[in-house]
Amino acid sequence: MPAGPRQLTGDTVASALSGALPGVVASATAEWVEVEPNRIAEALRWLHDDAEMDAKQLSNLCAVDRHDRFEVVYHLQSMDRNHQIVVKAVVGEHDDPALPSSYPIYKGALLQEREVYDLMGIRFEGHPDLRRMFLWEGYPGFPLRKDFLQIPDHHPGLPKFPFEEPGVQAR
Amino acid sequence: MSSTLRQGRRRPATRVPPGLMIVGAVFALGFLAANAAIGYVVIDGRLDGQWYDIRDLGFAVQELKAQLDAINDDQPGFLDDIVGQHWMSYAVGALLGAIGILSFIGGALLVLIWVERRLIGRMQIRRGPNRVGPYGLLQPVADAVKLIQKEVLTPDGADRILFLLPPAIIFVPMMTAWGPVPWAPNMAYLDINVGVLYLIAVSSLTTLAVFLAGWSSNNHYALLGSMRTVAMMISYEIPLSIALLSVVLITGSMQLSEIVQWQADHNLWLIALLPIAMVTYFFSSTAELNRTPNDIAEAESEIVAGFHTEYSGMKFGLFYAVELGNALLVATLVATFFLGGWSLFGLEEWIPGYLILFAKLSAAYFVLVWLRGTLPRFRLDQLMRFAWQYLIPLSLFNLLIVAIEASLLARWDAPGLVTLGLFTVVNWGAAYILFRDWARRIGYQPDAGGPRRAELTQQVGGIEAAHRMGTAT
Amino acid sequence: MTTATEPYVLNIGPQHPSTHGVFRLRVVMDGERIQDMDMVVGYLHRSMEKLAEERTYTQNIPFTDRADYLAAMSGNLGYCLAVEMLSGVEVPERASYLRVIFAELQRIASHSMANGTFVNDAGAWQTPLMYMFRERERILDLFEMTGGARLTTNYMRIGGVAFDPPPEFFPAIESLVSDLPDRIDEYAELLIDNEILLARSRGVGTITAEDAINGSLSGPMLRGSGVPWDLRKAEPYCVYDRMDFDIPVGRNGDAYDRFLVRLEEVRQSTKIIRQALDGLPSGPHKTDIPLALRPDPGEAYGRVEGPRGELGFYVVSDGGSAPFRFHVRAPSLINLSLLREMAVGSSLPDAIVALGSVDIVVGEIDR
Repeated sequence: MPAGPRQLTGDTVASALSGALPGVVASATAEWVEVEPNRIAEALRWLHDDAEMDAKQLSNLCAVDRHDRFEVVYHLQSMDRNHQIVVKAVVGEHDDPALPSSYPIYKGALLQEREVYDLMGIRFEGHPDLRRMFLWEGYPGFPLRKDFLQIPDHHPGLPKFPFEEPGVQAR
Repeated sequence: MSSTLRQGRRRPATRVPPGLMIVGAVFALGFLAANAAIGYVVIDGRLDGQWYDIRDLGFAVQELKAQLDAINDDQPGFLDDIVGQHWMSYAVGALLGAIGILSFIGGALLVLIWVERRLIGRMQIRRGPNRVGPYGLLQPVADAVKLIQKEVLTPDGADRILFLLPPAIIFVPMMTAWGPVPWAPNMAYLDINVGVLYLIAVSSLTTLAVFLAGWSSNNHYALLGSMRTVAMMISYEIPLSIALLSVVLITGSMQLSEIVQWQADHNLWLIALLPIAMVTYFFSSTAELNRTPNDIAEAESEIVAGFHTEYSGMKFGLFYAVELGNALLVATLVATFFLGGWSLFGLEEWIPGYLILFAKLSAAYFVLVWLRGTLPRFRLDQLMRFAWQYLIPLSLFNLLIVAIEASLLARWDAPGLVTLGLFTVVNWGAAYILFRDWARRIGYQPDAGGPRRAELTQQVGGIEAAHRMGTAT
Repeated sequence: MTTATEPYVLNIGPQHPSTHGVFRLRVVMDGERIQDMDMVVGYLHRSMEKLAEERTYTQNIPFTDRADYLAAMSGNLGYCLAVEMLSGVEVPERASYLRVIFAELQRIASHSMANGTFVNDAGAWQTPLMYMFRERERILDLFEMTGGARLTTNYMRIGGVAFDPPPEFFPAIESLVSDLPDRIDEYAELLIDNEILLARSRGVGTITAEDAINGSLSGPMLRGSGVPWDLRKAEPYCVYDRMDFDIPVGRNGDAYDRFLVRLEEVRQSTKIIRQALDGLPSGPHKTDIPLALRPDPGEAYGRVEGPRGELGFYVVSDGGSAPFRFHVRAPSLINLSLLREMAVGSSLPDAIVALGSVDIVVGEIDR
């Protein structure tokens, strides 16, 4: 599976993380480490402060709707060690998802968490200014969710590309 | 957010009653007819059976006034108790001046807008207007037609009467300030003996109209712009007046024609004798004019258009025209005070004075355009500091030096070449030292604030690398 | 008589000369001093991330043009890298070189625009902008020559680039690359030592190195604060590991330093283009891929050093022909994280200059 050229494997991060904070790691693969959602701020704080991990920058924060759960993905960057760490927090609650905010650790989460809240509807508890960003207050629903609009017989994504034939190559 | 914007009430659109329109039309036609009649009398040369051409405008105006005064003396007018003795001659003189100045400014603006835009175009490696008419010469006319066609909006929350007034009011100081400008030895409408005082007084009136416009618009940008204008004008009136004071000291006259005559007599432009006053006057004038680098009152990137943000159509056009007219006026005054006016080392015998003055004012105007095409803008506090900490002390020093020189000039009976030559050398030396050392004294360091080139590195890293390189702040 | 002042709300934008698009700031001001600031974005929101879930991977490339419309090539490149990571499509070497050339041309064009508008915000009446447009215009001509479009190029493809440059492209880019250093010196001469520009931008919008890292800043904002971080060196994609260039770094972290960094990056990009042109191999410019690419389920985060900073594309696949999730890490938006800190307490003109030095593109903020 693809990984960034300088990505720290999830297993390495997971072993370091569970050594320092027992029980914080939910699972780990070669790519990412999954953290217990209610302890995400704690885990990020440790990754930020630890000299080996040195995750000084939150380079990307986004969320993925997996129909029944939300994955919030944190791409952390260490500049001095020059590696990237991918941390995920899975929010099982699909109707009113909530997660501790990472703003106290990373100021860069200010707008990224607002964006996720606006489009995905995940509340970040402890965020100082959690309002809709692109859409206006009172907009019905959260458009990036897969069940947005609830159109019957409509399944997100393309089931089959209209002119897709085996052996046809793009030119 | 701690407060909210108040919403204005909706008002029905204005309808001018037809009766008022007819009255206005009759009044305007009467005004035009009176102007035309006076112009006809003067230009036709029926005044005293003598032919005046445009170079003898001063004589013609004086003659006209004398004749009107004589008529007035014979048959005392009914207004005598109210406005004094010679009301008719003043009224007629003013109308006459209005015709001349308006026609000159109107014509000059039509050309100068084109010139300025072409010049700026050249400075910005583009062509400038070149589509309407030959070489784009009709572009200003097309712009004016466009502005006339546009809807004139009045914002909902605006104070309607006060909002209507400023475009008209602001024309007055610009027009009247042209009165004392001597275009040739005898070519000034209003050659009064307190010309300099008159100019300073009249040109500060612009502030009122600008503040009125900003206040009545009920717009924050407009208010900010007008507040900036007022702050700036108050500050820059002082160095401007002191600079002109040194001109008055050395020439011994407040009459503009006398000042030019002094320069013609001594074959010396005052720029040579008074470099500090020249620079001070020019810079302060750009501040008063809202031209770059001092255009903070209508700083486009900050407060949109400053005090005239809410004006549209021909009201905006009037502000624009006044701005250009004022720039032209400042160029003319710089040429008059410091570049010798209509004099050109004796060549004024052969070349009409007004052409010489026009050439000089074009040069000064070019510098204004050049500045506009080159420099960024100061911040308000920087501009204030520049006025109070730099220009005012410098012009006071200059005033002291010039006062000593003026009293020497009055007492020392030496040839002009010796005295004035000596003063020129002294003043340029003083200018050099003062300009440089006073800047240092008020804390300016040319190379302060770190390197002016980005540091280049091959290494990659975060905060540790930054500390290693010494670039972390 | 006592006079009291009262704070008022000033709406800067959405139509304002220096918001560079439809971007709005609500500023609480006390006279000329800023007490509080709030930004309102979303006027240009086109829900690209949602739309992308209904289109094939190739059909999504035009969205990346329209996100950051001043750096379309960089957007194309970042997205194609992400999808190539996801699907394992190989890129021919010539395509990698062409990608480097076009990404660097785009960087020059974008930085020219950024510096020009920055000096415009500081009050220069369009002149530096016009001079910088001169170079940008030639670069857009090169884009048009190669891909047919000037602004929204849609040039890169998954597995290569769409077209090989025509023969007349090479003399044109040669002459551009040989002219550029002189042209950069020309506007450096006009601007770098300009006392007014120094007075306006020195010490304005200062960000320390720690804050810059913690605030997720990237690109010239980060480097202006003194952090030598550049993805082209840190995580070399395409063929940047074969190129010799330097990272320009500022010292004070103010608006002026960001301006200097951008100016210097143009110079370094010229160097890279020269090397890439010299090393350009022959061969195919594109790998053939299936009409509807169906990567295996998984996810990839591809990122490039765009002109505005780290331009990342997080693409999740569920095995279908459309991405399951498509997220753009927009540097313009994230660089604004510290705007409030930069602006509060300063005066309005300083805030405008600070905003100008961030170099936002509203299409990318709102997406």
